Amino acid sequence: MSGTFVGMPAFPKAARDAVRDTTLRGNLRHATHTIRDKRAKAVAELDDWQQLREAGKRIKDLTLRHLDRHLLRLEESVTAAGGTVHWAADAAEANRIVGDLVKATGETEVVKVKSMATQEIGLNEALAAEGIHAYETDLAELIVQLGDDRPSHILVPAIHRNRAEIRAIFRDRMAGWGRPAPEGLTDNPADLAEAARLHLREKFLRAKVGISGANFMVAETGTLVVFESEGNGRMCLTLPETLISVVGIEKTVPTWQDLEVFLQTLPRSSTAERMNPYTSMWTGTADGDGPQTFHLVLLDNGRTDALADDVGRQALRCIRCSACLNVCPVYERAGGHAYGSVYPGPIGAILTPQLRGTTSEIDASLPYASSLCGACYEVCPVAIDIPEVLVHLREKVADRGGPGHRLEKAAMKAATWAMDHPGAMAAGERAASRTRALHPRRPPGAGAWTDSRDLPELPAEPFRDWWRKNRT
Amino acid sequence: MRVALFVTCVNDAVYPATGIATVKLLERLGVEVDFPAGQTCCGQPQFNTGYRHETEPLVRRTGRVFEGYDHVVTPSGSCVAMIRDNYPRIGRRAAAEGRGGELAEVARSLVPRVYELTEFLVDVLGVTDVGAYFPHTVTYHPSCHGLRLLGLGDRPRRLLEAVKGLELRELPGAEECCGFGGTFAVKNPDVSAAMGTDKVRNAVATGADVLCGADNSCLMHIGGILHRQDAPLRALHIAEILLSTEAEPHL
Ligand code: SF4
Repeated sequence: MSGTFVGMPAFPKAARDAVRDTTLRGNLRHATHTIRDKRAKAVAELDDWQQLREAGKRIKDLTLRHLDRHLLRLEESVTAAGGTVHWAADAAEANRIVGDLVKATGETEVVKVKSMATQEIGLNEALAAEGIHAYETDLAELIVQLGDDRPSHILVPAIHRNRAEIRAIFRDRMAGWGRPAPEGLTDNPADLAEAARLHLREKFLRAKVGISGANFMVAETGTLVVFESEGNGRMCLTLPETLISVVGIEKTVPTWQDLEVFLQTLPRSSTAERMNPYTSMWTGTADGDGPQTFHLVLLDNGRTDALADDVGRQALRCIRCSACLNVCPVYERAGGHAYGSVYPGPIGAILTPQLRGTTSEIDASLPYASSLCGACYEVCPVAIDIPEVLVHLREKVADRGGPGHRLEKAAMKAATWAMDHPGAMAAGERAASRTRALHPRRPPGAGAWTDSRDLPELPAEPFRDWWRKNRT
Repeated sequence: MRVALFVTCVNDAVYPATGIATVKLLERLGVEVDFPAGQTCCGQPQFNTGYRHETEPLVRRTGRVFEGYDHVVTPSGSCVAMIRDNYPRIGRRAAAEGRGGELAEVARSLVPRVYELTEFLVDVLGVTDVGAYFPHTVTYHPSCHGLRLLGLGDRPRRLLEAVKGLELRELPGAEECCGFGGTFAVKNPDVSAAMGTDKVRNAVATGADVLCGADNSCLMHIGGILHRQDAPLRALHIAEILLSTEAEPHL
């Protein structure tokens, strides 16, 4: 497995392998059910949860409506506080900006805070091409990086790995990246954490450049905010001399007070904690304290396209809590890799096709990777109606056509015609009923249905015939 | 009281027993039932697969067919959810596309008059004990549309608890989707089957002899797996259980 998602097969095919991998399914089932139950308890503690959810939704919607203004305000505030703001229209531009900034420091190593935006643009690979090593310092990201693997969850990127697998990765791979794993490493979580701590400490103390994303950017003050659990992020945010943050433009909130809502909803939705252990906030630079140079790279990369879509834009409210992944029955069985993007699960299924378009096979298949059960919408702390957006994106995919969809469209048109001509529909039903003795319950060609399910037996007569005979 | 039955296309063609049970149950409770013959399908399969424009003729037809009825009752949670959630959306989008307010008007008129069967029984007729008798152990699968979109809550459970002879068993993971999801079952057959197989495992673990639901599309999927596995329980729509009495028991 390599670190990128290029050339992924469509979701159904990728999911098929995951469904058959019983270790993976066991890992995922255990992990998602544990965190889903904890989240439900943490949320139930707040009487005003529904109001907080509504407030979060409105703050984000209002901000998105005037995003241009808020971004300019943000740029002003960050600049006034001693930072430098860069605008990146796409992944290539963002990678180029960051690469140039790192090269200007003369360094060839950077430490990274866990960040979805930098994964989205493939920053590590771009830096590697420039001869710069980027070290992931979040424990789960470290596991993914050492394992030459891909993240499969927004919050817990190594959710698909169990303890024994992690031990093997540390034992075999740490030496190639820096300090080796201690002799006789066990799969006891405390031992694994200690091995990671020792391995990472060396990197924190050496690094001169840190790279992060951010959960929020406050326009009025120019403050960036990172929520995390381990404290490794704070090391990267405070020890290096230069800090570069790559942040999607939709992470803006207008005022400091807006954070009040998300400080409550994000930790409870993501790690089921009342408050996350580390909330780091920084505003530009401060003399003699922390990084003396700060760069903010504002990333578009498809976001303004999503913003232009009046149904799809609600996906930009996402605060990346991953609650929707943890309740999703499809994610639980297909795993994160099947989604072919750093954004897996329900949010990935609506965000990826908007950021990347639907020209590739995998991206066009994502809006269909859902039974529309609505569990994601129910838990989303910013009330993104994910099923609504999925159906909306299906319409876009279907409209564009493509071989499978042309046939499907013809079938749908035919079905609508029949349904709009009750006489034709009734005749069809009657014919099916009369010939029912001839219908096998596992007919050839119906494989997608009948590999694991039998078809129902057809009745002797449709309902409308019973009605005609008995009630008219 | 006179109501229109919206039997739905799946029940009409594949599960007429559910439609018949709905008619007889409502009649037993003193309701006069009409079956407007022009009805077909709510358009959910088209809409959820991304064919909104192809859905519009069916929205119009459904609106027209049920004009003039104060109550339209249907034994299918997902079809009610389609009408309640998506008809207004279809109307809004048609208007936004400059095609007038006709579809929005259909939604505005129809939505408040449409009831899922258990909603109608509990909320409109005000009954939970419908005089049924069904001497079996039953476990209830709530279906996503009933649970999350309609908010049916404990209505089906209250109806089942009032059935004489019926023992209700808790279904573990009841709120989890069975994996049907319309075209999802065909477009993502492996994940769909894995979800259904887990649902069946939970249902079998209850030791019940009947898996009851209020939506035959889910029951078709779950029932198909039960049949394939030769499982010791069968899927049955709640209308058929509620119709069963001591005088005329459902077998
Ligand atoms: S879509 Fe909602 S639930 Fe999912 S990650 Fe984003 S904010 Fe969280």
